[in-house]
Amino acid sequence: MAKQIIPKKHPMPHQDPQVRAKNFDEVALGYTEELAVAEAERCLNCKKPFCKQGCPVSVDIPEFIALVKERKFDEAAKVIKRTNALPAVCGRVCPQEHQCEKFCVVGKKNEPVGIGRLERFVGDYIVNKEEEIEKAEPTGYKVAIVGSGPAGLACAADLARWGHSVTIFEALHTPGGVLMYGIPEFRLPKRIVQKEIENLKKMGVEIETNAIVGQIASLDELFEEEGYDAVFLGTGAGTPYFMNLPGENFNGVYSANEFLTRSNLMKAYCFPECDTPIKVGKKVAVLGGGNVAMDAARTALRLGAEEVYIVYRRSRAELPARLEEIEHAEEEGVKFLFLTNPTRYIGNEEGWLTGLECIKMELGEPDASGRRKPVAIPGSEFVLPVDVTIVAIGQGPNPLITKTTPDLETNKRGNIVADDFGKTSKEGVYAGGDVVTGAATVIKAMGAGRVAAQSIHDYLMAKGPKKN
Amino acid sequence: MYQIISKETLAPAIHQYEILAPKVAKKAKAGQFVILRVHENGERIPLTIADYNREAGTITIVFAEAGYSTKRLAKLNAGDAVQDFVGPLGVPSHVERFGKVVMVAGGVGVAPVFPIARDMKAAGNHVVGIMGARNKELIFWEERMKDACNELLVTTDDGSYVRKGFVTDVLREYIESAGKPDLVMAIGPLPMMRAIANLTKEYEIKTMVSLNSIMVDGTGMCGACRVTVGGETRFVCVDGPEFDGHLVDFEEQLMRSRKYKSEEQHALNRGGCGCGGGGKCHG
Repeated sequence: MAKQIIPKKHPMPHQDPQVRAKNFDEVALGYTEELAVAEAERCLNCKKPFCKQGCPVSVDIPEFIALVKERKFDEAAKVIKRTNALPAVCGRVCPQEHQCEKFCVVGKKNEPVGIGRLERFVGDYIVNKEEEIEKAEPTGYKVAIVGSGPAGLACAADLARWGHSVTIFEALHTPGGVLMYGIPEFRLPKRIVQKEIENLKKMGVEIETNAIVGQIASLDELFEEEGYDAVFLGTGAGTPYFMNLPGENFNGVYSANEFLTRSNLMKAYCFPECDTPIKVGKKVAVLGGGNVAMDAARTALRLGAEEVYIVYRRSRAELPARLEEIEHAEEEGVKFLFLTNPTRYIGNEEGWLTGLECIKMELGEPDASGRRKPVAIPGSEFVLPVDVTIVAIGQGPNPLITKTTPDLETNKRGNIVADDFGKTSKEGVYAGGDVVTGAATVIKAMGAGRVAAQSIHDYLMAKGPKKN
Repeated sequence: MYQIISKETLAPAIHQYEILAPKVAKKAKAGQFVILRVHENGERIPLTIADYNREAGTITIVFAEAGYSTKRLAKLNAGDAVQDFVGPLGVPSHVERFGKVVMVAGGVGVAPVFPIARDMKAAGNHVVGIMGARNKELIFWEERMKDACNELLVTTDDGSYVRKGFVTDVLREYIESAGKPDLVMAIGPLPMMRAIANLTKEYEIKTMVSLNSIMVDGTGMCGACRVTVGGETRFVCVDGPEFDGHLVDFEEQLMRSRKYKSEEQHALNRGGCGCGGGGKCHG
C-alpha cells in the first residue's frame, strides 16, 4: 500500500505578528533539522520531476530533497549550488507557488512539498560553513559584469567556476543590488546576502563598489582600455515609475525605491544612530499590489506608522505579490483597499502631503494581461487622509549605460534588447534580468544571468585560447 | 576608502578637500557632482565638483558646514579618508562658444562656478564673473575666479568688501551698462538662483541654474531629487543638475529642500553635544 501523504506542508515557525510588526528581525524562522527531514519525507521523488521544469534555474529538486531525507545536508547543498549560487536567498524570496511548487505532483490533491522552505533550510545550513572552493584552470579571459544584483551574481558564479576572471562593477557602496536596497531585512537578512557574496569572492570574483559604468568608463572603454573580453549588463530595473498625478512632488510622496533604500541600505530605521533620515508618517498609503508594495507597507508599519493602506486598483485575486507576503502583511495589520485608484495628491501650504484622493473601480472585460480591466466608477471619489504615500507601481530600466552606448539596441521602454541567450546588438555584450525583461523576480534574473554566462563562455571558448 | 590629500579652510565653516579618486578624476567634467559617505553609517552627501586633477587623480570639493553630516565631514583632516566616494554623476555643463557669458556665484556656489567659468573662457567666450557673499570673511577663490573670467565683479551683502549689494544688483547694473549677455549661469542658494532667474526673465536672457537637491543614490534610482521643470517632473541626478532657470519651479524646490529639517535638527542636537539627542546636555 502506498504510504499516506501528510496533506499539508509542515508549517515554518514564525515570529508572532504583533511582535514582529514592531521589529525588523526576520519573520519566518526557518525549518529545524527535524522539520526539514519530515517535510522532505513528503516528496515522492518523481521520475519525471515537473517541479524542476518550473524552476527558472532548473535546480535538481528531487535529488536534493532525497539527500535532506537522508540528513546529508552538505551534499544536498552541493546539488542545489550546481545551478543556483544563492539558495539561502532564493529559498526566501522566490514565488514558489508560481514555479516549482505549482508543478509538484503531491500538490495536485494536497499542499505541494515545501520546496522553497527546504531550499532555504539547506541554504542556511551551509551559508556559514567554510565551503571547499574548486578553482578552475584560469582561461585568461576577463569578463566585466555591471550590477551586483541577482542577475550579475548568478552570471559571475558560473563564469568564475569556468575559470574566467570576473569583475563586478556596482554603483552603490554595497554589493547585492535589490537584495540589499530593496528587499527588507525582515524578509531577507542582509547578513545572508553578504555571506553569499563572500562565498562568490572566495571563488575569485572581484567586486568594485562605487563604480558606475557609463560614467567612469563606457562599454567601449571597458573593452579597449581595460582589456575586458566580454561584458554582462545586469543593471536591473532601477528607475521608479510615478503615476504623474497632480501634487506628486509634495513632501511625503516617496517612490518605493527611495523609501526602501533609505530603510534597508541606508538603515534609516536606526536614525539618528545612522545618519540617513526617513519620514514615516502616521497614516501611510502604498500604491500597488506587488512584492515591493508589500515590503514598503510592512516597512512603514515597523517604522512606527499607525495605519498603513495598500491601495490597489484591481481586486484581491489579481494581487501580483507572493501569497506569503500578502498573508504576512494582513496578519501584521496592513489594510487593503481593493478596486481603488488614486486620482490626485492633496497638500498644505508648506508643501506637505495631507491626503490622497482616490476613486472606486469595478472590474470590466479582461485586458491584454488576461486580467479583468479595472474601470473607474464616476462620482465615487473620496479622500484618504494620509501624510505619506509610497508609490510602488513598478520600475523601469536605468538609462546610465544605454545613454552612453548608442550602438546598444533598446526597446521603446528603454529595456536592452537581448535574444534568448542574452546576446545584445553589440559584439561581446550580453544582458539579462530586469534590464531586459522589465521588473520581474530575483530568480528569473538569476536564470537570465546563468543563460548569459553560458553564452559568454561559448563566445569566449570559440575564440580559442586567450592570446596575450 | 578614499584619502583626503589636502584640507584648507577657506572661510569660517567652509572647507576645501582634495580627495584621491583617480577613476572619478579621469572622467570628471565641470558641472558634474560626486556623492560621498563619511563613515559606515553615514548619509550619502552630494557635492558639486569644484575642480579636478587628472594627473594627480584628485577631485576638489568645497562645502559649508550646514547639517550634521557636513559638520562631521569637516572634522576630518588631510591623511584621513572618507568611506565612499562615487562619481562623476550628472550631466556635464553644456559648454560652447555662446559669446558673452555671465557666471553668477552666490556664497559657496563660487566653487562649482569656477571650473565652468574656466571651460567657458577656454571655449572662447567672454566670461564675466559675479561673486557675492554675506560679508568679507566668506569671500574665497577670488584669485582663481579672476583667472577663470575675463572680468570679475565682487559684492558683499553688508558692504564689508568691495561694495554693498546682492549679486542681482550687480547683474542688473552690468546688463544696464554693458548690454545683454548671451547666457547667464547662476549657482548658489535657491532664493538667489530664483532671484537671478526672475531678473533675467525680464531681460529675456537664457539662464541656467545648478540644483543641489536632496538625493540618496544619485543614479536615478530613488527620485528623491524630483524637480518640476517646465511642468514636467525631472530627476536632478540624471537629467541635471543644470536646468533652464526660467522653467524650474523654485517654490516647489524650496519646499522640498526643507523636507528633513526637523530630522536634521534632531541629528545636530545629538552630534553637537554627544548627549544622543536625549536633552541631557540641556542644550
